[in-house]
Amino acid sequence: MLYNKPDPQEVKVLTRRFGLENSASIDTYLATDGYQGFLKAREMTPDDIITEVKTSNLRGRGGAGFPTGMKWGFVPRTSPKPKYIVVNGDESEPGTCKDRLLIENDPHQLLEGMMIAGLAVDAHAGYVYIRGEYRYLIDILDKAIAEAYSRGWLGKNIQGTGFDFDVYTQTGAGAYECGEESALLESLEGKRGVPRIRPPFPAVSGAFQCPTVLNNVETYSAVPSILRDGGAAFASLGTPRNGGTRLFCLSGHINRPGVYELPMGFNLLRMIEEVGGGVWRGKKLKAVIPGGSSCPVLTADECDLAMDYDTLAKAKTMLGSGGVVVMDEDTCMVKAAMRIMRFYAHESCGWCIPCREGTAWLRKLLIRFHDGGGARSDIDLIGDVARNMLGRTFCPLGDAAAMPTISFVEKFRGEFEAHLAGRPCPHEHADHLALV
Amino acid sequence: MTFSPELEAKFDKLMKSYPPGRLRSALVPMLLFGQDELGSITPELIDEIVNRIGVTRLQVQEVLSYYSMLHTKPLGRHHVQVCTNISCLLRGGDKLWDHVCERTGLKNKEVSADGQVSIEEVECIGACSWAPAVQVNYDFHHNVTREELDRLLDGLEKKQ
Repeated sequence: MLYNKPDPQEVKVLTRRFGLENSASIDTYLATDGYQGFLKAREMTPDDIITEVKTSNLRGRGGAGFPTGMKWGFVPRTSPKPKYIVVNGDESEPGTCKDRLLIENDPHQLLEGMMIAGLAVDAHAGYVYIRGEYRYLIDILDKAIAEAYSRGWLGKNIQGTGFDFDVYTQTGAGAYECGEESALLESLEGKRGVPRIRPPFPAVSGAFQCPTVLNNVETYSAVPSILRDGGAAFASLGTPRNGGTRLFCLSGHINRPGVYELPMGFNLLRMIEEVGGGVWRGKKLKAVIPGGSSCPVLTADECDLAMDYDTLAKAKTMLGSGGVVVMDEDTCMVKAAMRIMRFYAHESCGWCIPCREGTAWLRKLLIRFHDGGGARSDIDLIGDVARNMLGRTFCPLGDAAAMPTISFVEKFRGEFEAHLAGRPCPHEHADHLALV
Repeated sequence: MTFSPELEAKFDKLMKSYPPGRLRSALVPMLLFGQDELGSITPELIDEIVNRIGVTRLQVQEVLSYYSMLHTKPLGRHHVQVCTNISCLLRGGDKLWDHVCERTGLKNKEVSADGQVSIEEVECIGACSWAPAVQVNYDFHHNVTREELDRLLDGLEKKQ
């Protein structure tokens, strides 16, 4: 099902089957070039498959943006241990709701991407880890897997090619931290989702301490078209080193929020104005979080940017998971920072002290500040605590909490100052948060 | 302990989903699927899982105290979850949450006296582009207005 109307500016590669009748069924999939990328990959050597993915300039869609082909190349193919393909479907980054659509509308595309990864690294089993709240997707994917087995696209000797591949679904049960790759692997092994010390990285020691490819749902979903139409074709859709399209999730104060597939490098202001229909209620733009709540916020003046990994890194923020959160002129930035920190404090797994203590203190400081009980020195204290978390935690959750906080304080210091002296939040009267 | 044939089928499938010696991997799904059927994670369910996959009780406790969706006490038959994270907040998710609290007279994670309704303020549920969003058990409700929320709650009361 689709929850918003498509936009004419979309370039539909991963979403090309969205909206077709029974788009999730294997018949629809096979009738629209389904599994052709796998058949082509079966004729290629593993090195050639990895080269094709490298040529595509596909980079990890979960948030870090690591080149996918390179990641696959790290797997020791000749290891005597079994290798695994693991899908990160724990989609929990606030502002992000795209993997859900990919599994719901085109589960076979994901399965085909996993199979091609299997061919590339000599893996014969895969796990799709899906967050517990997305319970209905387990049923959709289990149905697609059963269809694939019954039609000979999974299991032993797939379509007579001599290649064996099995896929299993695995549910999470409510933990943002399990979207971090090593915590996800702990969860897959039936444990608390706390991160592992790296190295070794999952490519060498991942699921069940065996070599593992671990990518996001959207990353795998891009792979069938790369093999089918060639890596160069995919790369040419985007900008240099940032291949293809990606699913952007527009949310917040915008007229047409929704998930849209746009080329890498699409201008952020145009995305808001043309695709998203502009800021709602004729209001002015104040700020944008460009890639999910972990990314430093951009002021309205900073938004004339090409949305790709490298341009956003230069702007000292991140493309992240593609969650574009738009905030209008009436938004209280202290409240936004406070709500985001409440989330990280709730989701910190508690494994390492800088994150566990840092997020808890920042949460307290920001709640008190928003309520008008802050002191002037708290503004610097908030930035100070956050800066002391950066780079000192086992996993990126600590950085994910610290980076946006530092950006909110630095870029909107005036709003923090306006909350001083016991005055209530100056924005609360504006009623901009009243129901639509 | 006997389960429904559907749950038994799920458990059987899980037992065959992992490499040899890795049955502990089935723990989180078994707890969640068991809770879906029984309403909560009961001592009997824990006993059964301990026997089937050979984990220790401590290993079960470790997991129970970590994952926010696993509950040892029953939730309401209709568990109303309101997202107030950033994308929902910007479109009034916090006001929806206040309204649910007011209307039901319940606080966060409380269950009504008749066991029919429980409420929870939840973190991002992955419906950001269709905010504000509410999840009742596993069902998503998108672009929820106060009026729609009222109709939804009225409907739940009628289902009792």
